Amino acid sequence: MSRRALTEINAGSMADIAFLLLIFWLVTTTIDSDEGIQRQLPPIVPPVENPPVVKERNVYVVLVNGKDQLLVEGEIMDINKLKEGAKEFLVANGDGILYPARPEIEKFPIRALVSKTEVDQKVADFQSFYDNAATDNEKDGFESQLKQWKKKQIAIKHLKVDYYELPSSALISMQNDNNTSYNMYIQVQNELQAAVNELRDELTEAKFNMTYDELKTRYERERSNPNYEEWLQTIRAVYPQRVSEAEPKDASNLYN
Amino acid sequence: MAKFGGKIKKEMGAISTASLPDIVFMLLFFFMVATVLRTEDEKVKVMKPEASEVEKLEKKHLIKYINIGPPQDKERYGSNPVIQLNDNFATAADIQTWVDQERLTLADAEQSQMWVSLKVDQDTKMKVVTDVKQELRQANALKLLYSTNTRDRTGN
Repeated sequence: MSRRALTEINAGSMADIAFLLLIFWLVTTTIDSDEGIQRQLPPIVPPVENPPVVKERNVYVVLVNGKDQLLVEGEIMDINKLKEGAKEFLVANGDGILYPARPEIEKFPIRALVSKTEVDQKVADFQSFYDNAATDNEKDGFESQLKQWKKKQIAIKHLKVDYYELPSSALISMQNDNNTSYNMYIQVQNELQAAVNELRDELTEAKFNMTYDELKTRYERERSNPNYEEWLQTIRAVYPQRVSEAEPKDASNLYN
Repeated sequence: MAKFGGKIKKEMGAISTASLPDIVFMLLFFFMVATVLRTEDEKVKVMKPEASEVEKLEKKHLIKYINIGPPQDKERYGSNPVIQLNDNFATAADIQTWVDQERLTLADAEQSQMWVSLKVDQDTKMKVVTDVKQELRQANALKLLYSTNTRDRTGN
Protein backbone atom coordinates (compact mmCIF):
# COMPACT_ATOMS: atom_id res chain seq x y z
CA MET A 1 0.00 0.00 0.00
CA SER A 2 1.34 3.27 -0.99
CA ARG A 3 0.78 6.12 1.21
CA ARG A 4 -0.15 9.31 -0.40
CA ALA A 5 -0.15 12.58 1.38
CA LEU A 6 -3.69 13.77 1.89
CA THR A 7 -4.18 16.63 -0.48
CA GLU A 8 -6.59 19.35 0.44
CA ILE A 9 -9.72 19.41 -1.68
CA ASN A 10 -9.88 22.58 -3.61
CA ALA A 11 -12.81 24.55 -2.25
CA GLY A 12 -12.52 27.31 -4.76
CA SER A 13 -15.54 26.20 -6.72
CA MET A 14 -17.66 26.03 -3.62
CA ALA A 15 -18.34 29.71 -3.91
CA ASP A 16 -19.49 29.28 -7.49
CA ILE A 17 -21.89 26.54 -6.51
CA ALA A 18 -23.30 28.64 -3.73
CA PHE A 19 -23.66 31.60 -6.05
CA LEU A 20 -25.53 29.44 -8.50
CA LEU A 21 -27.94 28.36 -5.79
CA LEU A 22 -28.35 31.92 -4.67
CA ILE A 23 -29.14 33.16 -8.16
CA PHE A 24 -31.57 30.31 -8.71
CA TRP A 25 -33.38 31.32 -5.54
CA LEU A 26 -33.44 34.95 -6.50
CA VAL A 27 -35.04 34.15 -9.82
CA THR A 28 -37.68 31.73 -8.61
CA THR A 29 -38.93 33.68 -5.63
CA THR A 30 -40.73 36.95 -5.38
CA ILE A 31 -40.29 39.41 -2.61
CA ASP A 32 -43.97 39.95 -2.66
CA SER A 33 -45.02 42.28 0.04
CA ASP A 34 -48.63 42.29 1.02
CA GLU A 35 -48.91 46.00 1.14
CA GLY A 36 -51.77 48.11 0.00
CA ILE A 37 -54.76 50.15 0.95
CA GLN A 38 -56.97 48.33 3.39
CA ARG A 39 -60.70 48.69 3.21
CA GLN A 40 -63.64 47.13 4.92
CA LEU A 41 -66.52 46.51 2.54
CA PRO A 42 -69.98 47.29 3.84
CA PRO A 43 -72.10 44.21 4.45
CA ILE A 44 -75.13 43.70 2.26
CA VAL A 45 -78.20 45.16 3.87
CA PRO A 46 -81.75 45.19 2.64
CA PRO A 47 -82.60 48.60 1.17
CA VAL A 48 -83.99 51.05 3.69
CA GLU A 49 -87.43 52.41 2.94
CA ASN A 50 -86.83 55.99 3.96
CA PRO A 51 -83.13 56.65 4.22
CA PRO A 52 -82.39 59.43 6.69
CA VAL A 53 -81.79 62.77 5.05
CA VAL A 54 -78.24 63.92 5.59
CA LYS A 55 -77.39 67.60 5.56
CA GLU A 56 -75.54 68.59 2.45
CA ARG A 57 -72.86 70.34 4.43
CA ASN A 58 -72.05 67.09 6.22
CA VAL A 59 -71.17 65.20 3.06
CA TYR A 60 -68.07 65.75 0.96
CA VAL A 61 -69.01 64.45 -2.46
CA VAL A 62 -66.23 63.16 -4.69
CA LEU A 63 -67.26 62.00 -8.14
CA VAL A 64 -64.96 60.42 -10.71
CA ASN A 65 -66.11 60.04 -14.27
CA GLY A 66 -65.20 57.56 -16.97
CA LYS A 67 -62.43 59.83 -18.21
CA ASP A 68 -60.77 59.95 -14.81
CA GLN A 69 -61.85 63.51 -14.12
CA LEU A 70 -62.83 64.66 -10.66
CA LEU A 71 -65.87 66.58 -9.57
CA VAL A 72 -65.62 67.55 -5.93
CA GLU A 73 -68.53 69.30 -4.23
CA GLY A 74 -69.81 70.35 -7.63
CA GLU A 75 -66.53 71.74 -8.89
CA ILE A 76 -63.91 70.28 -11.19
CA MET A 77 -60.76 69.59 -9.23
CA ASP A 78 -57.28 68.36 -9.89
CA ILE A 79 -56.28 65.22 -8.00
CA ASN A 80 -53.36 67.11 -6.42
CA LYS A 81 -55.76 69.37 -4.58
CA LEU A 82 -58.00 66.59 -3.32
CA LYS A 83 -56.03 65.94 -0.16
CA GLU A 84 -56.13 69.58 0.94
CA GLY A 85 -59.79 69.71 0.06
CA ALA A 86 -60.63 66.71 2.17
CA LYS A 87 -58.54 68.02 5.05
CA GLU A 88 -60.39 71.29 4.89
CA PHE A 89 -63.68 69.45 5.02
CA LEU A 90 -62.59 67.59 8.13
CA VAL A 91 -61.24 70.55 10.11
CA ALA A 92 -62.73 73.64 8.51
CA ASN A 93 -64.67 74.58 11.60
CA GLY A 94 -61.84 73.77 13.97
CA ASP A 95 -61.24 70.81 16.25
CA GLY A 96 -60.43 73.02 19.23
CA ILE A 97 -56.99 71.44 19.63
CA LEU A 98 -54.64 72.27 16.79
CA TYR A 99 -57.15 74.16 14.74
CA PRO A 100 -58.94 76.71 16.90
CA ALA A 101 -62.70 76.66 16.74
CA ARG A 102 -63.84 79.29 14.31
CA PRO A 103 -67.12 80.96 13.60
CA GLU A 104 -68.68 78.37 11.42
CA ILE A 105 -68.00 78.30 7.72
CA GLU A 106 -70.92 77.61 5.48
CA LYS A 107 -70.91 74.26 3.62
CA PHE A 108 -68.63 72.46 6.04
CA PRO A 109 -69.85 70.29 8.91
CA ILE A 110 -70.25 71.92 12.29
CA ARG A 111 -68.11 70.28 14.89
CA ALA A 112 -69.82 70.00 18.27
CA LEU A 113 -68.05 70.78 21.54
CA VAL A 114 -67.24 67.84 23.78
CA SER A 115 -66.48 69.29 27.19
CA LYS A 116 -65.15 67.53 30.22
CA THR A 117 -67.97 68.54 32.52
CA GLU A 118 -70.63 67.40 30.08
CA VAL A 119 -68.95 64.08 29.37
CA ASP A 120 -68.39 63.31 33.04
CA GLN A 121 -72.02 64.11 33.70
CA LYS A 122 -73.24 61.88 30.87
CA VAL A 123 -71.05 58.98 31.89
CA ALA A 124 -72.37 59.19 35.44
CA ASP A 125 -75.96 59.45 34.16
CA PHE A 126 -75.77 56.49 31.83
CA GLN A 127 -73.94 54.46 34.43
CA SER A 128 -76.84 54.91 36.83
CA PHE A 129 -79.40 54.25 34.06
CA TYR A 130 -77.53 51.11 33.19
CA ASP A 131 -77.33 49.93 36.77
CA ASN A 132 -81.03 50.57 37.32
CA ALA A 133 -82.29 49.25 34.00
CA ALA A 134 -85.10 46.74 34.38
CA THR A 135 -84.85 44.68 31.22
CA ASP A 136 -81.93 43.32 29.26
CA ASN A 137 -83.08 45.23 26.24
CA GLU A 138 -82.84 48.52 28.06
CA LYS A 139 -79.51 47.49 29.50
CA ASP A 140 -78.06 46.92 26.04
CA GLY A 141 -79.28 50.30 24.87
CA PHE A 142 -77.71 52.11 27.79
CA GLU A 143 -74.55 50.10 27.52
CA SER A 144 -73.80 51.24 23.99
CA GLN A 145 -74.49 54.85 24.98
CA LEU A 146 -72.29 54.46 28.01
CA LYS A 147 -69.49 53.05 25.88
CA GLN A 148 -69.64 55.99 23.50
CA TRP A 149 -69.43 58.53 26.28
CA LYS A 150 -66.65 56.62 27.99
CA LYS A 151 -64.65 56.80 24.79
CA LYS A 152 -65.06 60.55 24.75
CA GLN A 153 -64.06 60.67 28.39
CA ILE A 154 -60.88 58.80 27.58
CA ALA A 155 -60.19 61.12 24.66
CA ILE A 156 -60.47 64.19 26.86
CA LYS A 157 -58.31 62.58 29.50
CA HIS A 158 -55.47 62.14 27.03
CA LEU A 159 -55.95 65.35 25.08
CA LYS A 160 -56.17 67.30 28.34
CA VAL A 161 -58.46 69.79 26.63
CA ASP A 162 -62.02 69.89 25.41
CA TYR A 163 -62.38 69.19 21.72
CA TYR A 164 -64.87 69.56 18.92
CA GLU A 165 -66.08 66.37 17.30
CA LEU A 166 -67.42 65.73 13.82
CA PRO A 167 -71.13 65.03 13.65
CA SER A 168 -71.79 61.34 13.20
CA SER A 169 -73.34 61.91 9.81
CA ALA A 170 -70.31 63.69 8.38
CA LEU A 171 -68.62 61.61 5.73
CA ILE A 172 -66.65 61.65 2.54
CA SER A 173 -68.65 60.01 -0.18
CA MET A 174 -66.95 58.74 -3.30
CA GLN A 175 -68.62 57.53 -6.44
CA ASN A 176 -66.94 56.34 -9.58
CA ASP A 177 -68.01 55.33 -13.05
CA ASN A 178 -67.77 51.88 -14.55
CA ASN A 179 -65.18 53.24 -16.96
CA THR A 180 -62.99 54.87 -14.36
CA SER A 181 -59.53 53.35 -14.43
CA TYR A 182 -58.41 51.34 -11.44
CA ASN A 183 -55.37 53.54 -11.07
CA MET A 184 -57.51 56.67 -10.72
CA TYR A 185 -59.74 54.91 -8.23
CA ILE A 186 -56.75 53.99 -6.09
CA GLN A 187 -55.29 57.51 -6.35
CA VAL A 188 -58.55 59.02 -5.11
CA GLN A 189 -58.85 56.52 -2.28
CA ASN A 190 -55.23 57.19 -1.46
CA GLU A 191 -55.60 60.98 -1.32
CA LEU A 192 -58.69 60.73 0.87
CA GLN A 193 -56.82 58.39 3.19
CA ALA A 194 -53.82 60.71 3.14
CA ALA A 195 -56.00 63.59 4.33
CA VAL A 196 -57.13 61.66 7.40
CA ASN A 197 -53.67 60.25 8.03
CA GLU A 198 -51.98 63.64 7.86
CA LEU A 199 -54.38 65.13 10.37
CA ARG A 200 -53.90 62.13 12.61
CA ASP A 201 -50.14 62.46 12.25
CA GLU A 202 -50.24 66.10 13.28
CA LEU A 203 -52.32 65.39 16.34
CA THR A 204 -50.31 62.34 17.39
CA GLU A 205 -47.12 64.35 16.98
CA ALA A 206 -48.45 67.19 19.09
CA LYS A 207 -49.94 65.11 21.87
CA PHE A 208 -47.90 61.93 22.06
CA ASN A 209 -44.72 62.95 20.29
CA MET A 210 -44.67 60.27 17.58
CA THR A 211 -46.26 59.64 14.21
CA TYR A 212 -49.57 57.88 13.89
CA ASP A 213 -47.91 54.92 12.20
CA GLU A 214 -45.45 54.64 15.03
CA LEU A 215 -48.28 54.64 17.52
CA LYS A 216 -49.97 51.86 15.61
CA THR A 217 -46.86 49.69 15.54
CA ARG A 218 -46.29 50.29 19.22
CA TYR A 219 -49.83 49.24 19.91
CA GLU A 220 -49.33 46.07 17.84
CA ARG A 221 -46.13 45.22 19.69
CA GLU A 222 -47.27 46.00 23.20
CA ARG A 223 -50.87 44.97 23.48
CA SER A 224 -50.44 44.76 27.21
CA ASN A 225 -49.89 48.47 27.54
CA PRO A 226 -53.39 50.00 27.74
CA ASN A 227 -52.04 53.49 27.06
CA TYR A 228 -51.42 52.90 23.37
CA GLU A 229 -54.88 51.59 22.76
CA GLU A 230 -56.41 54.58 24.49
CA TRP A 231 -54.18 56.95 22.56
CA LEU A 232 -55.27 55.37 19.29
CA GLN A 233 -58.89 55.70 20.30
CA THR A 234 -58.31 59.33 21.19
CA ILE A 235 -56.83 60.17 17.81
CA ARG A 236 -59.61 58.31 16.04
CA ALA A 237 -62.26 60.09 18.08
CA VAL A 238 -61.03 63.47 16.88
CA TYR A 239 -60.39 62.37 13.30
CA PRO A 240 -62.61 59.44 12.43
CA GLN A 241 -62.14 57.71 9.13
CA ARG A 242 -65.31 58.06 7.15
CA VAL A 243 -64.97 57.25 3.50
CA SER A 244 -68.00 55.65 1.96
CA GLU A 245 -68.55 54.46 -1.57
CA ALA A 246 -71.74 54.78 -3.48
CA GLU A 247 -72.68 52.22 -6.09
CA PRO A 248 -70.87 53.09 -9.33
CA LYS A 249 -72.68 54.58 -12.25
CA ASP A 250 -72.53 53.50 -15.83
CA ALA A 251 -72.45 56.51 -18.04
CA SER A 252 -70.63 54.92 -20.96
CA ASN A 253 -73.53 55.54 -23.32
CA LEU A 254 -73.14 59.27 -22.76
CA TYR A 255 -69.65 59.38 -24.23
CA ASN A 256 -70.43 57.98 -27.63
CA MET B 1 12.39 55.30 -2.41
CA ALA B 2 15.43 53.24 -2.89
CA LYS B 3 15.28 52.29 0.68
CA PHE B 4 12.06 50.47 0.22
CA GLY B 5 12.23 49.45 -3.39
CA GLY B 6 15.21 47.26 -3.73
CA LYS B 7 16.27 44.59 -1.43
CA ILE B 8 13.53 42.87 0.43
CA LYS B 9 10.77 41.85 -1.89
CA LYS B 10 7.88 40.42 0.00
CA GLU B 11 5.47 38.23 -1.94
CA MET B 12 1.90 39.19 -1.38
CA GLY B 13 0.09 36.03 -0.44
CA ALA B 14 -3.18 35.31 -2.26
CA ILE B 15 -6.20 36.40 -0.28
CA SER B 16 -7.82 33.36 1.15
CA THR B 17 -11.17 32.71 -0.46
CA ALA B 18 -12.04 29.95 1.91
CA SER B 19 -14.68 32.03 3.65
CA LEU B 20 -16.34 33.12 0.43
CA PRO B 21 -18.66 30.12 0.24
CA ASP B 22 -19.72 30.77 3.81
CA ILE B 23 -20.58 34.34 2.99
CA VAL B 24 -22.55 33.33 -0.08
CA PHE B 25 -24.38 30.63 1.82
CA MET B 26 -25.28 33.14 4.44
CA LEU B 27 -26.77 35.35 1.73
CA LEU B 28 -28.60 32.36 0.32
CA PHE B 29 -30.12 31.46 3.66
CA PHE B 30 -31.11 35.04 4.23
CA PHE B 31 -32.98 35.08 0.96
CA MET B 32 -34.57 31.72 1.60
CA VAL B 33 -35.95 32.97 4.86
CA ALA B 34 -36.96 36.41 3.68
CA THR B 35 -38.80 35.43 0.54
CA VAL B 36 -41.70 33.23 -0.36
CA LEU B 37 -41.76 30.75 -3.17
CA ARG B 38 -44.06 31.64 -5.97
CA THR B 39 -47.08 29.49 -5.28
CA GLU B 40 -49.08 30.04 -8.38
CA ASP B 41 -48.50 30.98 -11.97
CA GLU B 42 -49.36 34.49 -12.80
CA LYS B 43 -51.58 34.17 -15.77
CA VAL B 44 -52.42 37.82 -15.98
CA LYS B 45 -50.14 40.80 -16.31
CA VAL B 46 -50.47 43.10 -13.36
CA MET B 47 -48.89 46.51 -13.10
CA LYS B 48 -49.88 47.57 -9.63
CA PRO B 49 -50.77 51.21 -9.03
CA GLU B 50 -48.74 53.25 -6.58
CA ALA B 51 -50.07 54.61 -3.33
CA SER B 52 -48.65 56.27 -0.26
CA GLU B 53 -51.11 55.30 2.45
CA VAL B 54 -50.23 51.63 2.46
CA GLU B 55 -50.53 49.28 5.36
CA LYS B 56 -48.89 45.92 5.62
CA LEU B 57 -50.60 42.66 6.41
CA GLU B 58 -48.56 40.47 8.66
CA LYS B 59 -50.35 37.13 8.68
CA LYS B 60 -49.72 35.78 5.21
CA HIS B 61 -51.72 32.60 5.56
CA LEU B 62 -54.89 34.63 6.08
CA ILE B 63 -54.56 36.32 2.70
CA LYS B 64 -56.21 34.99 -0.44
CA TYR B 65 -55.39 36.51 -3.78
CA ILE B 66 -57.45 37.59 -6.74
CA ASN B 67 -55.54 38.80 -9.79
CA ILE B 68 -57.18 40.92 -12.43
CA GLY B 69 -55.52 42.10 -15.61
CA PRO B 70 -54.95 41.35 -19.28
CA PRO B 71 -53.89 37.72 -19.92
CA GLN B 72 -50.20 36.95 -20.38
CA ASP B 73 -51.03 34.86 -23.40
CA LYS B 74 -52.62 37.47 -25.58
CA GLU B 75 -53.01 35.37 -28.68
CA ARG B 76 -55.03 32.75 -26.96
CA TYR B 77 -57.09 34.75 -24.55
CA GLY B 78 -57.28 38.23 -26.02
CA SER B 79 -56.37 41.41 -24.22
CA ASN B 80 -59.47 42.16 -22.19
CA PRO B 81 -58.88 42.05 -18.45
CA VAL B 82 -59.76 38.73 -16.85
CA ILE B 83 -60.04 37.46 -13.31
CA GLN B 84 -57.62 34.83 -12.07
CA LEU B 85 -58.52 32.72 -9.06
CA ASN B 86 -55.77 30.37 -7.92
CA ASP B 87 -54.44 28.97 -11.20
CA ASN B 88 -57.49 29.41 -13.36
CA PHE B 89 -59.34 32.08 -15.22
CA ALA B 90 -62.74 32.72 -13.76
CA THR B 91 -65.70 35.02 -13.96
CA ALA B 92 -67.16 37.17 -11.23
CA ALA B 93 -69.89 34.58 -10.74
CA ASP B 94 -67.30 32.02 -9.55
CA ILE B 95 -66.11 34.18 -6.71
CA GLN B 96 -68.65 33.18 -4.10
CA THR B 97 -67.83 29.49 -4.41
CA TRP B 98 -64.14 30.32 -4.42
CA VAL B 99 -64.46 32.34 -1.21
CA ASP B 100 -66.28 29.46 0.49
CA GLN B 101 -63.60 27.01 -0.61
CA GLU B 102 -60.75 29.23 0.52
CA ARG B 103 -62.43 29.80 3.85
CA LEU B 104 -62.40 26.10 4.50
CA THR B 105 -58.62 26.02 4.18
CA LEU B 106 -58.37 28.14 7.31
CA ALA B 107 -58.82 27.00 10.88
CA ASP B 108 -62.30 27.55 12.28
CA ALA B 109 -61.21 30.34 14.56
CA GLU B 110 -59.50 32.21 11.75
CA GLN B 111 -62.20 32.00 9.12
CA SER B 112 -63.64 35.36 10.02
CA GLN B 113 -60.23 36.99 9.72
CA MET B 114 -59.68 36.14 6.09
CA TRP B 115 -58.34 38.94 3.90
CA VAL B 116 -58.78 39.14 0.18
CA SER B 117 -55.96 40.85 -1.64
CA LEU B 118 -56.89 42.36 -4.98
CA LYS B 119 -53.98 42.59 -7.36
CA VAL B 120 -55.38 44.61 -10.18
CA ASP B 121 -53.66 46.05 -13.20
CA GLN B 122 -53.78 49.83 -13.10
CA ASP B 123 -55.39 50.24 -16.51
CA THR B 124 -58.33 48.00 -15.73
CA LYS B 125 -61.72 49.64 -15.87
CA MET B 126 -63.59 49.75 -12.58
CA LYS B 127 -66.51 47.70 -13.95
CA VAL B 128 -64.65 44.43 -13.42
CA VAL B 129 -63.42 45.45 -10.00
CA THR B 130 -66.84 46.58 -8.87
CA ASP B 131 -68.39 43.28 -9.94
CA VAL B 132 -65.78 41.42 -7.92
CA LYS B 133 -66.40 43.65 -4.92
CA GLN B 134 -70.13 43.02 -5.10
CA GLU B 135 -69.55 39.26 -5.20
CA LEU B 136 -67.22 39.51 -2.23
CA ARG B 137 -69.88 41.35 -0.32
CA GLN B 138 -72.38 38.64 -1.21
CA ALA B 139 -69.93 36.04 0.03
CA ASN B 140 -69.43 38.07 3.19
CA ALA B 141 -65.69 38.40 2.63
CA LEU B 142 -65.44 42.03 3.63
CA LYS B 143 -61.78 42.54 4.45
CA LEU B 144 -60.19 43.84 1.34
CA LEU B 145 -56.67 44.90 0.45
CA TYR B 146 -56.01 46.84 -2.71
CA SER B 147 -52.49 45.68 -3.37
CA THR B 148 -50.24 48.58 -4.40
CA ASN B 149 -46.63 49.59 -4.65
CA THR B 150 -45.35 52.21 -2.26
CA ARG B 151 -44.54 55.80 -3.08
CA ASP B 152 -44.13 59.02 -1.17
CA ARG B 153 -47.02 61.18 -0.15
CA THR B 154 -47.70 63.97 -2.60
CA GLY B 155 -47.36 67.62 -1.80
CA ASN B 156 -44.91 67.37 1.07
